[in-house]
Amino acid sequence: MSRAGKIARRGFLIGSAAVVGGVAFGVYAYKRTPTNPLLAALENGQAALTPYVRVDQSGVTIITPRADVGQGVYSVLAALVAEELDLAWNEVKVDPGPPSSAYYNGKVLAEAFPFAATDMDFLARDARVLADVAGKFLGLQLTGGSSTAADGYEKMRVAGATAREVLLLAAAKQTGIAKAELRTRNGAVVTPDGRSLTYASLAATAATIDPPERVTLKPESAWRILGKPMPRVEMTAKCTGTATYGLDLKMPGMVYATVRTNPRLGGVMRGYDAGAALAAKGVLKVVPISGGVGVIADNTWRAFKAANLIKFDWGPPPYPPTSAAMFEAVAGAFVPEYQDSRFKHEGDVEAALAGAGTAVIKAEYKVPYLAHAPLEPMNVVVQLKDGRLDIWTGTQIPLFLVAGAAAVAGVSADNIHLHAQLSGGSFGRRLEDDYVRQAVELAKALPGPPIKMTWTREEDMTHDFPRPLGMARMRGAVKDGKVEAYDLSVAYPSVSASQLGRQNLPALGPDVTIVAGAWDQPFRIPNYRVTGYRVPELVPVSSWRSVGASGNGFLHDCFLDELIHAAGADPLKELQRLCWHEPSRKVLEAVGEMSNWGSDPGKDRGRGIAFTLSFGVPAAEVVEVTNTSRGIRIDKVFVAVEVGKVLDPVNFANQVEGAVIWGLGHAMSAELTYADGIAQQTNYHAFQAMRLYQAPAIEFRALTNTDEIRGIGEPCVPPAAPALANAIFAATGKRIRELPLKKHIAFL
Amino acid sequence: MRLKVNGKTHEVDVEDDMPLLWVLRDELGITGPKYGCGIAMCGACTVHVDGLAVRSCSLQVGDVTGEITTIEGLGTPQAPHPVQAAWIEHQVAQCGYCQSGQIMAAASLLGVNAEPTDAEIDRALSANLCRCGTYQRIRAAVKTASAKLREATR
Repeated sequence: MSRAGKIARRGFLIGSAAVVGGVAFGVYAYKRTPTNPLLAALENGQAALTPYVRVDQSGVTIITPRADVGQGVYSVLAALVAEELDLAWNEVKVDPGPPSSAYYNGKVLAEAFPFAATDMDFLARDARVLADVAGKFLGLQLTGGSSTAADGYEKMRVAGATAREVLLLAAAKQTGIAKAELRTRNGAVVTPDGRSLTYASLAATAATIDPPERVTLKPESAWRILGKPMPRVEMTAKCTGTATYGLDLKMPGMVYATVRTNPRLGGVMRGYDAGAALAAKGVLKVVPISGGVGVIADNTWRAFKAANLIKFDWGPPPYPPTSAAMFEAVAGAFVPEYQDSRFKHEGDVEAALAGAGTAVIKAEYKVPYLAHAPLEPMNVVVQLKDGRLDIWTGTQIPLFLVAGAAAVAGVSADNIHLHAQLSGGSFGRRLEDDYVRQAVELAKALPGPPIKMTWTREEDMTHDFPRPLGMARMRGAVKDGKVEAYDLSVAYPSVSASQLGRQNLPALGPDVTIVAGAWDQPFRIPNYRVTGYRVPELVPVSSWRSVGASGNGFLHDCFLDELIHAAGADPLKELQRLCWHEPSRKVLEAVGEMSNWGSDPGKDRGRGIAFTLSFGVPAAEVVEVTNTSRGIRIDKVFVAVEVGKVLDPVNFANQVEGAVIWGLGHAMSAELTYADGIAQQTNYHAFQAMRLYQAPAIEFRALTNTDEIRGIGEPCVPPAAPALANAIFAATGKRIRELPLKKHIAFL
Repeated sequence: MRLKVNGKTHEVDVEDDMPLLWVLRDELGITGPKYGCGIAMCGACTVHVDGLAVRSCSLQVGDVTGEITTIEGLGTPQAPHPVQAAWIEHQVAQCGYCQSGQIMAAASLLGVNAEPTDAEIDRALSANLCRCGTYQRIRAAVKTASAKLREATR
């Protein structure tokens, strides 16, 4: 989008709030400024400058109100503030802050509306503004959707710049020197004669000064921190065993617990016998909870061991018991009754496919359930004491979590204190709060001591809300060496309905995630149709790194590759020809150049390309494989991606590399299957991830041709699987239409 | 029973079959080694017994015969071990949860093989799972650490 367009959009948001807000949400609520949660906790002599910065006698603390689940948001959010506030990077302190609607995410809902990220017409822009207003109104403090950088880019810098202005005013007041003569450097105001007044020493005076309504942000050319390689704030701690995750908390009088609930998700517990568990060493209490039992002991392992001694009578699952039966339900959903959306409908697909002499190409594709399986199993510390509930855990949904805990505990949200913790991965799992509600039930049964509740890996694997399984049926036609028609139908259970339903929220309208990464691709095919079908809920499902695009990238791109091969065209050249979106074309061009596309890959080798635009980010990947006598070896991956700006280059690289490994690893080997209503993969021996010896070299290029700030946590996941499958086709002639690929071909 | 951990002797009163991991974490409050799988499939719990990497989740405490070193005993934020320093230099960690185990496995490898080849690094570290996908940086960091350690002993 042009710069003028961007400014106009902001003007639109402010100027037209009464119209937009009035229609949808009510003006008074929209205009109400969220209360500043930090003011409540401040003592005399401390000054709260904005909800994102705290200055006190010990210095400056930056509040980073998004969950750090490994994606580095503490650092990038802190850097945005530190840049404007002129802090020394090695002295930056971060605090995840308390839960608050003031920390609403104005960007994450943008993905929930059916407008492609490339769509810049009035209606689409209107919807994105509406999403921001809705996020503010709902107080939606949420980490997800690769939205943290985009949402924080302006807010955090304005926060830093505002704080700096107030500190300059405070220094002027304290010294009598005109503000214009003062400078800021490394966490201090510097006077013309070289005296340095630390921000801490200005805190008390700053508390008496009203912040300005407008500030000027630094031009990008003056950035010292942003865009430069910076060490992550918590890196040294993570490399020395001194970082504290939720699982590592130690408190006086703490007891240890675990739970077992029906592995047929949503099924009841008909009965249990805990006789042996109660007699086991270290067991303090066995507590029935919703759908199962909790064991509280004096040591985690003793709780695990005792839980294994309990005999359960589990009720049946509220869904078909086997993967085969579930895939049957999916296959049966390609009917008008279950049609959920048809956002893409160009040309006349039926006429094009029925044309005389047209050879219709058909295929069916399948993708499996996938677990999040973060390395730190779900855990939480809870303490219910004297009407107050404290909760220590990593979460991406702090406000929903508190509301859920309040309902279970019968304690008002005002008396619940959530202490955000580092998480050992998430990949979407910590968008759920089921484990917290369980622990609160334990706290009700044993008020007083802090209770650390830890799931076993087996409980974690069998009680995930996985990425849904899905199927696609596609038809297509080619003419004169070109792709002429592409009719794609996909069927999945709805992630939005399942996930929002657990928070008692309605999912209104079509579920965009069912077709994300398929309907919104910037290709101009003369006859092009994408239809989404909503499979009635089976296993409860949730957001998994890159959500709908995680499966659709594979389905959409592999069949497009089939059509291109049928046309006898070159995959890169045909994608470039079909692509109308200039930034996406540049991404394709870059990956072609990096991979030396078109050159001979060598004997038994193949190269595959795929492109997916997700979360507003066009990403193209080329995978190179060798077909060895013992199986497929992934040699190298090239990635080109358009993100607008790279704020934190080291972490950016980490996210690109990690997303590629994530996408490839699951495509190769991972699936969750069900028998008797229970997930069959109970640990990492069965749910396999990529290992070091399989990890290819990864080369990437970040393009910055647009003005939009975009997040990079997810968009490099979707093209990895199709690029790999297309490379395997190129190397072996074998077209694999089902994940995981290892069901059809061996890997080294 | 008596356990020597990071140079300090502890008296613990636990069952012989309790895994070393849970003795360290819940009895001694040493939480650098992590719980990930409980069946020696992920390596997050890796510690050294007499300098060699073991999976503490699957080693019964009664079977421990040597001196235990955890990530906390390898080095500190103020004085990191060369492997830890290499990890920081390469900014390896994302969520970081597996990295205690990765670092202990790498330190054990370099203790017996000062200059491992790519294949030897792969073999030694492939049992350590990283869900975030930091593998490229792990490889690079092991090589840097190897160079630093060899320089130090020259």
